[in-house]
Amino acid sequence: MVRYLVPLGIFAVMVAFFVVGLGKDPRELPSVLVGKPTPKFNLPELHKPQETFSPDEMLGKVWLMNVWASWCPSCRAEHPLFMQLSRQGKVNIVGFNYKDRRQDALQWLGQLGDPYSNIPADLSGDVAIDFGVYGAPETYVIDKQGIIRHRYAGAVSHQYWRETLEPMIRELEQQ
Amino acid sequence: MKKSLLAILLAISFFQVEAKEAVPNEDPAIEDRFKAISSELRCLKCQNQTIFDSKAGLADDLRRQIRSQINTGKSNDEIVDYMVARYGDFIRYRPALKPENILLWVGPFLLMIIGFITLIVQLKKRRALISDAPLSADELAKVNTIIKDKSGE
Repeated sequence: MVRYLVPLGIFAVMVAFFVVGLGKDPRELPSVLVGKPTPKFNLPELHKPQETFSPDEMLGKVWLMNVWASWCPSCRAEHPLFMQLSRQGKVNIVGFNYKDRRQDALQWLGQLGDPYSNIPADLSGDVAIDFGVYGAPETYVIDKQGIIRHRYAGAVSHQYWRETLEPMIRELEQQ
Repeated sequence: MKKSLLAILLAISFFQVEAKEAVPNEDPAIEDRFKAISSELRCLKCQNQTIFDSKAGLADDLRRQIRSQINTGKSNDEIVDYMVARYGDFIRYRPALKPENILLWVGPFLLMIIGFITLIVQLKKRRALISDAPLSADELAKVNTIIKDKSGE
């Protein structure tokens, strides 16, 4: 009896590993920066290039940093949600314009609306490397002390906002 | 047919030109280092390619970053650490030996040792089964009667 149960047991363990492992999305990488301070940067504002934006300006607020670009189709998909959030005043959203062209980015916002309080423009993508950005869109939750609390790679859905981001932001605002 | 083939070839050659964005360094030693570092790092956009091979925009940026860090005199380890600090251990094709992934490194050897031990134990058991113990008087008598019966027929 035991001699049949042992291989069966090993097989069951392997199946369990496969079910968990193959169910995961290999593109969803954990960010090493979670729990660490926001990287320092100073980037020109998209609307007013003579002014710059630094994350220090947001100290004392809980905010979202949304990495977007006009060339990125998924950014278009999540955009209506950010428009809604900004209209309802639910959260401060900074739009980190990633490897874009200024006129393209401005045109995109002109068409779809601008939900962002600030738009630092990283044309070269060098600052994005400090954040470990590996694509657009990505969304970071940053707390009042300027610590990165969460990173989500991919388009934020209504469900993801409702179930994950909003409760997290409300909790961070209490602190 | 010929036209579309030409168009494809043109498109390919265009991409290849685009891929060689950063000016290759004239110094072959530096070029070798660049190649060594960028071949050890995973492109996170297209996860089965190295940064050296990848044509993704992110890989361009990271290659530029590696070149500029070589030029500022950083060591290979410092450059890899810089990448790991931003993108995590996943960026390394050869994982570093750390307490979190110790099983990854010793696991195969552990399995091999377990296999050897089971093999030896099993072989010993088998040897015990086939070793011939002398027959007892009773058994000998039984065998003899059986032989007699058979030959008597």
